[in-house]
Amino acid sequence: MIRDITFGQYYPGKSLLHRMDPRMKLVLTFALIVFMFVCKSFASLAVIVLLTVIAVALSGVPLKVIFKSIKPILIILIFTALLNIFYTHGTVQNGDALWISFLNGKIEIWDKGVYTAVFTMVRIVALVVISSLLTYTTTPTMLTDALERLLSPLKIFHIKVHTLAMMMTLALRFIPTLIEEIERIMNAQKARGADLETGGIVERAKALVPIFIPLMVSSFRRAYELALAMTCRCYTGGEGRTRMKQMKMKGRDLVCLFVCLAFAAGIIVLNYFAKHETFSIFGMLFFKQVI
Amino acid sequence: MSEKLIEIKNVTYTYESENESRPGYTVLKDVSVDINKGEFVAVMGHNGSGKSTLARLCNAIFEPTEGTVTVKGITADTEEKGDEIRRIVGMVFQNPDNQIVATVVEDDVAFGPENLGVEPSEIRRRVDDALKSVNMYDLREREPHKLSGGQKQRVAIAGVIAMQTECIILDEPTAMLDPMGRKEVIKTIQRLNKEMGITVLLITHFMEEAALADRIIVMDSGKIIDDGTPEEVFSKVDFLRAHKLDVPDSTELCHNLGIKEHVLTADECVRKIASLLGGEAV
Repeated sequence: MIRDITFGQYYPGKSLLHRMDPRMKLVLTFALIVFMFVCKSFASLAVIVLLTVIAVALSGVPLKVIFKSIKPILIILIFTALLNIFYTHGTVQNGDALWISFLNGKIEIWDKGVYTAVFTMVRIVALVVISSLLTYTTTPTMLTDALERLLSPLKIFHIKVHTLAMMMTLALRFIPTLIEEIERIMNAQKARGADLETGGIVERAKALVPIFIPLMVSSFRRAYELALAMTCRCYTGGEGRTRMKQMKMKGRDLVCLFVCLAFAAGIIVLNYFAKHETFSIFGMLFFKQVI
Repeated sequence: MSEKLIEIKNVTYTYESENESRPGYTVLKDVSVDINKGEFVAVMGHNGSGKSTLARLCNAIFEPTEGTVTVKGITADTEEKGDEIRRIVGMVFQNPDNQIVATVVEDDVAFGPENLGVEPSEIRRRVDDALKSVNMYDLREREPHKLSGGQKQRVAIAGVIAMQTECIILDEPTAMLDPMGRKEVIKTIQRLNKEMGITVLLITHFMEEAALADRIIVMDSGKIIDDGTPEEVFSKVDFLRAHKLDVPDSTELCHNLGIKEHVLTADECVRKIASLLGGEAV
């Protein structure tokens, strides 16, 4: 079961997003996340949602897989929504904005609360979907490579970008190996009568000591052997190194860049021209008359 | 054939002890041996005989305490020269997991040539060729941790081939593999030597593997105690036993049966016994 671990959550495919230059993907994802926080109105948020939907459709990643990425944040999502609904008081429009009031005003729901709750939820979901799309369509190796190349200007500040990227790659490479190792050590200790499953938290934590110490020891041995093997393959650091897989910006990357720029412009424009109108109409239609 | 590739002259190697007051542990004592170009040499010896240390001296990971190691005329006395030597002599280690650096097979094979600063298109060509020569081309996009031990070891070998070194040292490459994986790796090593003309130095304690080499060096407690063709070495059954070493099962069987000729492989053994019995091997 553990052997089936894949690095990150790469979903193999040959879609436009898969073939895009990882550097462009990384930059655009980052820019999109920034723009999610620039959004002030529902209209501009709708632009982001539209873009997210288009990206998902282009990626060829099934919706089921996309939902899997949202699942872990569901609780956070509900929690933030509830907090916003009950604790944000105030209004986004003129007039009576208090929608519901219970227990002599101890619990109050204002329109601004509902507004913020919905807004935040949409924003978080879009954020998670967009950033998981990046990891669904890019292998971790490509990501670290892209990071290394994007950050290479930092060399002038004597930051060892290559070394950092190398460390990341090695860490990724050894995660499954170390998981296997943990499994093996646990079985070995169980065979000697170690009890890992019963007892309170303190006992269980103590039972982990005989697992982590051998793991540490073997990791150091591995690191030594790996360093030796890397020396044998003439690794001397980033200097004078070439890469087999070159990254080239192609036409499709530029097209994606311009599409994203157009959407960004749309967001800024809609921020000014359509502030809260949509939401107010929505609120009046569904809540005010009912209550 | 007699062109020397690696010359080891009067080498002594002492592991420094962590405790200053105590003397270090000497694993090699005044060893001298030459490895010729194009040879397939097996180094045999039981644990602690110094065979791995010898291997590590050959590609300048270790520096001899006394004596010199010269590879193609380069003596490893500075770090730069060590790098130069490692471009000529590649190495494959025992544990396949601890020598694979990348998360994709082909990226790992590319690691060596990338370090050498080879042109990208040339790396691509070398990687493809290397993977084909170890029969791993179809698995080039796989993740290394999903491969079997034998496959991982072949990836490691491809990684050295792609560097186009003249010599490959394999430090007990089959010790952690199952019989199937062992067979795959040994076949690959043989092909390296016979078809690609790469000098092979195989450190092993499996007698059957050593028997495949052109020449066997036998080591015990830091010294070379025998050096010759497999036929010569394995004919001294009692001598090897005295040094806690075995001979291949077939050789032992024939020895015990009192057959005077030297037998190395199971096939030969079957033929010999069949002819003794007056029949023919089927």
